[in-house]
Amino acid sequence: MSLFDLRLADLHNKLAHKELSVSELTEASLKRIADTDGEIGAFLTLDEEGARRQARTLDDQLAAGGERGLLFGLPAGIKDNMATEGLRTTCASRFLDNHIPIYDATAVRKLREAQSVTVGKLNMDEFAMGGSNENSAYGPVRNPWDKSRVPGGSSGGSAAAVAAGQVYFTLGSDTGGSIRQPAAYCGVVGLKPTYGLVSRFGLVAFASSLDQIGPITKNVEDAAYVLQAIAGHDAMDSTSANVDIPDYTAALTGDVRGMRIGVPKEYLGQGIDPSVKERVFEALKVFESMGAVWEEISMPHTEYAVATYYLLASSEASSNLARFDGVRYGVRAANPDNLMDLYRRSRSEGFGPEVKRRIMLGTYALSSGYYDAYYLKAQQVRTLIKRDFDQAFEKYDLIIGPTAPTAAFPIGEQVGDPLTMYLNDIVTIPVSLAGVPAISVPCGFADGLPVGLQIIGKPFDESGVLRAAHAYESHTDFHTRRPALS
Amino acid sequence: MSITAKDVEHVANLARLDLSAEEKEQFAGQLNAILKYAEKLNELDTTNVEPTSHVLPLSNVMREDEVRPSWPIEKVLSNAPDEEDGQFKVPAVIE
Repeated sequence: MSLFDLRLADLHNKLAHKELSVSELTEASLKRIADTDGEIGAFLTLDEEGARRQARTLDDQLAAGGERGLLFGLPAGIKDNMATEGLRTTCASRFLDNHIPIYDATAVRKLREAQSVTVGKLNMDEFAMGGSNENSAYGPVRNPWDKSRVPGGSSGGSAAAVAAGQVYFTLGSDTGGSIRQPAAYCGVVGLKPTYGLVSRFGLVAFASSLDQIGPITKNVEDAAYVLQAIAGHDAMDSTSANVDIPDYTAALTGDVRGMRIGVPKEYLGQGIDPSVKERVFEALKVFESMGAVWEEISMPHTEYAVATYYLLASSEASSNLARFDGVRYGVRAANPDNLMDLYRRSRSEGFGPEVKRRIMLGTYALSSGYYDAYYLKAQQVRTLIKRDFDQAFEKYDLIIGPTAPTAAFPIGEQVGDPLTMYLNDIVTIPVSLAGVPAISVPCGFADGLPVGLQIIGKPFDESGVLRAAHAYESHTDFHTRRPALS
Repeated sequence: MSITAKDVEHVANLARLDLSAEEKEQFAGQLNAILKYAEKLNELDTTNVEPTSHVLPLSNVMREDEVRPSWPIEKVLSNAPDEEDGQFKVPAVIE
């Protein structure tokens, strides 16, 4: 069994008992990256020197009998939209090509406090806008299961790095499905926490009312460990929720007897690949065998979620991205005629096509005369979508469906058709709009490609989501399958 | 409702973007398709439905207005594309 097949808890024990040093574990990670990343493209910035330095410091601390943090010595990668002090943070955009943050995002600081080792920054869709990781200014990420296919987006690098065995866990961010969908395409576990559970301080804002940081891991238990380290109230984020953080690993009892599951018929309707549907029904049989009960329900506003999302997210993006003006950081156009010319040319040269498209859509939706028709209307429909969830959770503990309508599609297939690309997020977006937690776990294969099962919970019931996902995982072995990489 | 290349130009101006003729044409087509799709929201009667801007009940977060240390100037300017005398440098705003 390779080191990479071990759970975080097992690695932690090995390190604690000095069967393995942090430096050895870090070297194994760096070697795997060197061997595989040429064909995957998951990393944008590799910090070998920094990782080795952190590893040595942790080894010294352990030798001196110091305390071990929750993620002691575990090599991790971070999506490149989270600020890392002294380490380049680009958002996969030319605009931030040379940007070196002067502080850590709170989630990054918490990883540091939990004593994990940051190996580098991971590729993504530019400013987290996209569902395929083809919108990176530095080139696409390739799916480790089939390198002609996308890894999903926008946290494609974060999911592919875990699937390829390059690092032991990663952080991604999810706005409309950007943790769950790439986790599904790459056959790994991705958890989007309840909005507000993890601080967004230091996360480059895309759509502030939706963005949420979460872990991508090989299995559910590992996800619980990483969530434990990053969850919690933060005074630096005014949208951070002040709630008690439970012991997430204690929730992994394996017991789901009597659990009530609602399965929205809209999540298994038109556009959902028949093989994906089959995998979901097989997973529901596993839940039945464990003593849970499920029935079909209706979430009638699901079909309006994608339109609602693209209006709201683009509107928020057009506002958030106004700060990229070429004055205080980022690229600046050469020899500007005046300040307006500086703004316009810096932005036009710095942003890629998908970012421009969303800024344009958002600016249009917020502009005089269209605000009520688009932005306000979308906010009202968001209320209806949220009510669907509120009503379902009056009767059910969890909602289950697929994570994405299909398995990973070929690179280039949907690039010219943004609307089709947007529809890939049809089953993750409603969850984001309602702000509730959801996890994607591997539930089998369609034509050799991984399929994800989405388990959705009540607000701040990450424990329930993790318990169900872990129980499912303990009855299946899909999460232990690895892609064949040279 | 249909978006013309001229509308695209107007919106690009609001968004402080310079677009090529080709981009204007392309965005007009794509934005039309997306907004046409978005019109399906009009199938829903949202009379008396409160808009949700945010899923959490939020209130303003206030703190005391007190003097605290800030970042050192050299750190603040460390990513500046252009600077002079401890300030961000931009082209003249006043002619």
